[in-house]
Amino acid sequence: MRQVDVELRNVVKAFPTRHESGQLVAVDNVSLEIYRGEFFALLGPSGCGKTTTLRMIAGFEDATSGEILIRGQAVQNVPPFHRPVNTVFQDYALFPHMTVLENVMFGLEMEGVSKKEARKRAQEALEMVRLHQAEDRRPRQLSGGQQQRVALARALVKKPAVLLLDEPLGALDLKLRKALQYELAALQETLGITFIYVTHDQEEAMTMADRIAVMNAGRVLQVGTPEEIYETPATEFVADFIGETNFLRGDILEVNNPFAQVCLDETLTIKAAFNDQALTSGSRVTVAIRPEKVNLFSATGPVKYADGTNESPEEHRELLLRDPDINLVRGRVLRANYIGTDTRYVVSIGQNQQLVARVQNYGLRSDTTFHIDQEVYIFWDAEHSRVLTE
Amino acid sequence: MARTLSPSRITTETIHYDANRIRRDMAVRKIGKIGLLLNPIFTYFFLWAPILLLVIFSFNDSRSVSTWRGFTLRWYNNIFNDIVGTEARFSTGLMLNALGNSLFVGIIATIIATIIGTAVALSLARGNYPGKRFVDSLLYLPVVIPEITQGVSLLIFFNVLFDFMSTVTGQRAQFGFGTIIIAHVAFNISYVAIVVRARLADMNPRLEEAARDLGANEWQTFWRITFPLILPGVISGALLAFTLSLDDFVITFFTSGVGTTTLPVFVYGLLKLSVTPEINAISTLILVVSTVLIGISMLIQGRNATRL
Ligand SMILES: Nc1ncnc2c1ncn2[C@@H]1O[C@H](COP(=O)(O)OP(=O)(O)O)[C@@H](O)[C@H]1O
Ligand SMILES: [Mg+2]
Repeated sequence: MRQVDVELRNVVKAFPTRHESGQLVAVDNVSLEIYRGEFFALLGPSGCGKTTTLRMIAGFEDATSGEILIRGQAVQNVPPFHRPVNTVFQDYALFPHMTVLENVMFGLEMEGVSKKEARKRAQEALEMVRLHQAEDRRPRQLSGGQQQRVALARALVKKPAVLLLDEPLGALDLKLRKALQYELAALQETLGITFIYVTHDQEEAMTMADRIAVMNAGRVLQVGTPEEIYETPATEFVADFIGETNFLRGDILEVNNPFAQVCLDETLTIKAAFNDQALTSGSRVTVAIRPEKVNLFSATGPVKYADGTNESPEEHRELLLRDPDINLVRGRVLRANYIGTDTRYVVSIGQNQQLVARVQNYGLRSDTTFHIDQEVYIFWDAEHSRVLTE
Repeated sequence: MARTLSPSRITTETIHYDANRIRRDMAVRKIGKIGLLLNPIFTYFFLWAPILLLVIFSFNDSRSVSTWRGFTLRWYNNIFNDIVGTEARFSTGLMLNALGNSLFVGIIATIIATIIGTAVALSLARGNYPGKRFVDSLLYLPVVIPEITQGVSLLIFFNVLFDFMSTVTGQRAQFGFGTIIIAHVAFNISYVAIVVRARLADMNPRLEEAARDLGANEWQTFWRITFPLILPGVISGALLAFTLSLDDFVITFFTSGVGTTTLPVFVYGLLKLSVTPEINAISTLILVVSTVLIGISMLIQGRNATRL
């Protein structure tokens, strides 16, 4: 059992609104366990309550109800300056009237560390973020990326148990953001400090985090590793927010283990994996399929193999259908967009359904590229179509 | 005009300029431009012309305040050397005494108003209590209500207060420095609070949170972060208060007593006899000092506005 550094138990935060009766529930019954030493991301669209959650952990907001524990201690009445957490603010909040070094020394001075010792440790922290040459400058003389690193040094010099980061790379341009993502992740690994990292950028969360909590409208929808979140999204929102997904509506015909038969329309029934054990036939559901899990081959031309042998589409189809856990449907290409690493096809299937497929580009081989109106077969592993619960 | 992409319809006819209309529009535009130029000229003329006249005639080599007879520094020389023609009421000693009174009142009132005004601004910007909006709107009252109203109301207020005190203690308090200073503090608090609050509104509230996050308590946060950042606002608020205090006539007139004549009240006393070039000279000096103080105050506000 891993040690829990931060725990939220049914935390609710409601802000009063201008109208006397109304209130805005920014955080709605959130429970989380964040383990010691992990890189934990809070991911969700803007306004979903990420910052508010972080501010309650830091102590800038009081929870309306529920409990927050840091290293097992309830912190309800502990002011921010007594909590073993430090924050890297979204806009950095560097003190404009102090030099870079004074900014980093500030937190140590507040602890009562002697000026000399504080200076030494602040310089070490600045060296860690490679900014020691800028120690006498004022924050406004630094670039955005440099300011970000000062904010990081200022928080880390306090050696907090938990570091809270609120979209720390949000204001930077793409290239710098990418570079700093790896730098931050590497730093977290060497220091072993628990990071709680707020972001609305799913790619950022996927690259950096050990575990992700996906939030929407104040609620946590799913907590898991990037792989779990991506491969087995719990809700339609999660599937949609993280990467591109096809959503197909249908009715459950039959529930067999491990797959359910889902009828999309009279001509189209597919097999899909499911989590919800209470699933019954007849219920209306949504099935999610990732575009890159879907494969295409021409329904009119031969399928070529690397060794030079050919196979007719019908032969290939028969071969594939020997696997009972495969979905194979016929369709027609409606649109094709070349986007570098792969090509994105929109294919019509069944009576009136559309499916997006992404096919990796292996050069411009004719049997992996398809043109508009081409008849194709589309197939995928049944476990890659997932019944979502909502 | 037909909006069509059919090539056959695109002919030179479709682009037709109405020369008369263009001429008319250009004329309107020219008038508009002249109007825009005249507007500030008139505004500044009425604002500054009387003041400019005053300054010019303080250097006029004649007792006349309407005809120019050449440049002189005589009147400035006179007011500092006790030589004032026939006006027996004037003496440099009295004037310097009035100036001393003005400075004394100004400094004390400014210190008190700055401390209270800053506290009010902090409470309005950071506090969260019922009635905050009401206090907030009251802040602008001394700025908008006429000075004469303030002066009369203070006069009545002090009289009522002194009556009450005399029935309690048997001793009657007098109008003097105490009443002037209280009156000046009363109107200056608003000005200081308004300037400091503008400064606080510009300040990123995350800075104070960052300080607390880094281990500073409320007291440390105020002195290490908030105060240094609002200091330019406090200083410019204080300079504004000092200037207003030095310049104030109406309210001071109603609340002063024997022996507490300030410079503007002194000048008014001289005016009762006649308008002399010496008055022009004194007024010009007051104007210069006020302008310099306000200038410094605005400079401090402006230079630091971009720093937060
Ligand atoms: N101090 C506040 N007063 C009122 N409403 C607030 C306050 N702070 C945040 N909110 C509201 O709470 C919701 C969540 O905000 P926030 O936590 O900042 O979202 P996120 O960081 O995910 O973008 C938003 O609708 C926001 O308007
Ligand atoms: Mg936010």
